[in-house]
Amino acid sequence: MHFEYNVEGGDFTNAGTTSSKVKKMMKQLGVDPAIVKRTVVALYEAEVNIVAHAYRGVIYVDLEDTSVSIKLVDEGPGIPDINQAMQKGYSTASPQVREMGFGAGMGLPNMQSNSDKLVVNSVVGKGTTVEIVNYF
Amino acid sequence: MKIQEITSLISGTVVEGEAFIDRDIDCAFASDLMSDVLTLRTDKSVMLITGLCNTQTIRTCEMSDIKVVMFVRGKKVTEEMIELAEDNDMLLITTDFSLYRTAGILFNAGLPGVY
Repeated sequence: MHFEYNVEGGDFTNAGTTSSKVKKMMKQLGVDPAIVKRTVVALYEAEVNIVAHAYRGVIYVDLEDTSVSIKLVDEGPGIPDINQAMQKGYSTASPQVREMGFGAGMGLPNMQSNSDKLVVNSVVGKGTTVEIVNYF
Repeated sequence: MKIQEITSLISGTVVEGEAFIDRDIDCAFASDLMSDVLTLRTDKSVMLITGLCNTQTIRTCEMSDIKVVMFVRGKKVTEEMIELAEDNDMLLITTDFSLYRTAGILFNAGLPGVY
């Protein structure tokens, strides 16, 4: 099953709606709750990152019998140094993002620990692509 | 610990999810940092105690399988938050007590921390 969702940068009111839909879908399909949780935590972190840092983005979800593959493609400033961004505590989040309870430099490392496969690619001035794969 | 005992100990009010008043809580986590809540690794029934009162608090708990949230220091829960909580079978409690006092009272009464 293939799904696509649009995400608007700066729209904190709706941040998490895609993750919520994916969670409900995975639960309905009877996926192990522990895997559902890992997947939606990683996805939610990535979705909040689009809202916090990018202008807009698209989330592509492929739900198969034995895996879920999620690709988040955003148009935004990009990440100049991905290794630095993966380090715990490193953050470029705005005060608004911090007021929402995020921006502590924990998102990317947490996405890594909640994914079987995580690939981050970025082009400065264009945007970032994040791929998350979890196996059932 | 039962929700009724929790609310009585901290003079709390259930603002959403009265139907789930019989829920049993194994442990609690106190934080205003949602990034930290998202790193919790437990299968137990967790209650979040927080002063951060916005829709992302509810979203974070939805993703983290946290079904009970306590807002401290008299924070006002919005209609939007209530709708989101209702959609996810969550129970929301408010108290005028501070985060420190709330956590202290509940810990002393036997409700352990996640870690």
